Amino acid sequence: MTATSIQSQPAAPGALATVQRARPLALTLSTVGLIVLSVVYLTPFVWMISTSLKTAVQAISAPPTLVPSPWVWANYPDAFVRMNYPRALFNTMMYAVPSVIGTLLSCSLVAYGFAIIKWPGRNIVFVLVLATMMLPDQVTLIPLYVIFAKLGWTNSYLPLILPCFFSSYVGSWSGAFFIFLLRQFYLGIPKDLIDAARMDGSSELRILFQIVMPLSMPALITVCLLTFIDKWNDFSNPLIYIQDQTLFPLARAAQVFQASHKLDWAQSMSAAVLISLPLVILFFFAQRKFIEGITLTGQKG
Amino acid sequence: MTLASSADDAPIKPPSTGKRRRPRWSRSERRNLLLGLAFISPWLIGFLGFKFYPMLASLYYSLTDFKILDAPRWVGLDNYTQMFRDPLFWKSLTNTLYITLFGVPLSVIVALGIALLLNTKGLRGIGIFRTIFFLPVIFPVVAAAIVWLWLLNPPYGLLNQLLGLVGVRGPGWFYDANWAKNGIILMTIWGAGDVVIIYLGALQGVSRSLYEAAELDGAGRLRQFWHVTVPMISPAILFNLITQGIGAFQSFTQAYVVSAGISNSGSAAAIGGTQNSLLFYGLNLYNNAFRYFHMGYASALAWVLFLITLAATFGLFRLSRGRVYYEGEE
Repeated sequence: MTATSIQSQPAAPGALATVQRARPLALTLSTVGLIVLSVVYLTPFVWMISTSLKTAVQAISAPPTLVPSPWVWANYPDAFVRMNYPRALFNTMMYAVPSVIGTLLSCSLVAYGFAIIKWPGRNIVFVLVLATMMLPDQVTLIPLYVIFAKLGWTNSYLPLILPCFFSSYVGSWSGAFFIFLLRQFYLGIPKDLIDAARMDGSSELRILFQIVMPLSMPALITVCLLTFIDKWNDFSNPLIYIQDQTLFPLARAAQVFQASHKLDWAQSMSAAVLISLPLVILFFFAQRKFIEGITLTGQKG
Repeated sequence: MTLASSADDAPIKPPSTGKRRRPRWSRSERRNLLLGLAFISPWLIGFLGFKFYPMLASLYYSLTDFKILDAPRWVGLDNYTQMFRDPLFWKSLTNTLYITLFGVPLSVIVALGIALLLNTKGLRGIGIFRTIFFLPVIFPVVAAAIVWLWLLNPPYGLLNQLLGLVGVRGPGWFYDANWAKNGIILMTIWGAGDVVIIYLGALQGVSRSLYEAAELDGAGRLRQFWHVTVPMISPAILFNLITQGIGAFQSFTQAYVVSAGISNSGSAAAIGGTQNSLLFYGLNLYNNAFRYFHMGYASALAWVLFLITLAATFGLFRLSRGRVYYEGEE
């Protein structure tokens, strides 16, 4: 209340000029501080790449050297073959892509049901949706494992993909959060557009796919990215369900590779680069969308 | 709610609630109800099948002795009382509390510091800096754990080598039971770029005029920070504390990768780091469920975890009441 009343008061023009001038000292200190912190934050990446191009012997030599000599590019093809990268990449994609499709479809439908269709009781049910965010995955883990084991679905990604089609995402996010995010976006779509389409006799599904979803691309892309990156990085769920080495996703394949090559840090670093590179490239292309999504997560609090 | 019930008791019904008593909905209302339920049916099915039933089932399993191959055998509260006598349970709880109580405030404070620097007026290259701090967030946790395992390797890792150059003998990190958790905390701080972004969003939302008013009143930079910035971004601080706290309490992958990466025994052994110094709650639960197949005991652990997170979240909300400022609130 006080905040808004202060905001609406125009400040005296003279005071405004003195306050809004950038402070050169503060600016310099901040910039220097940020550069130092950036170097610190980038060091793990730089060191990873540097080590990945050294010989196993140079990697552990003292004092540490930044530039590899000789440059051992062969570490990459070696790690690539030894961790069966193509197969692991295929497995990761077979897990991530259906998960993205399922999450997108189911959460879009459900969000439409909460945002666009006005039915009695929808707000109470929506509170229940949000409440499920409090339930840790560990609570549902064991009964779900028991069911899927009985169905003989271990050693497949089905137990992890199927819930996505029912907005029951397992992982760092939750179906409830995606429903919330899409609902917020759908609520902002002009009612006139939807009413006009209804007058024309469009079915609700048609309105969703031809009007609401095309207008919600930013939110849909955010959901896609968050899901894809999380599934690409997922380690714990495949760890539980997948025992067959040939079915391991990239994250698990890299972990097993490191654990069985404990002394070869150069190749372990190559493996780390190999499993993260596609994601880092994706991130540079879609950075803005991703950061917008994270900012949104903060706003729900 | 109160309005509706008082309307029920009232001898004379207000005319507008005339058709409220029995839900005699109009055709379009009934149509909308069916349509709405149809659209949310994926969630309804998912909720019943993947949340509600498993929740009840795990509550039931937690009261049984269940080794997955045989049918569950009722044991009452045995699993819960066993927890009190289980040294590994206490070990995992104290380990988890350590990274929650030290790691979470640290990473939330460091992230706020970075966000404040990024929020400096007239700063150039904010996009580049933001990218740098955010990069660890999308970096696969497994890759990050492998890299930090290497950086913190006691004899050969970069950090101890650099410390050695200035004459400091670095600790054994993951190999030393007293230092292992600090390694995990370092990793967590490095990976908290999403917290930075959330703070930055909150800081950018603070109205300039508030600072101008404070400055006109003669408040210095520090007082402006405590009396303008902190209250205005307090919802973001609370949100970050809760999400980071829940994250710390459920942390698993880092500890798993690090434990497996330093153990000399085969992968079949239960993992938990040097002298179980990295045995976090989630790892202990995993060991019980999927290494020993004590599904009943593991279910009890899951329920205790659930209750702890609920209590901690409500506790934080309680504590924050009156301290967190929500704009638009009366």
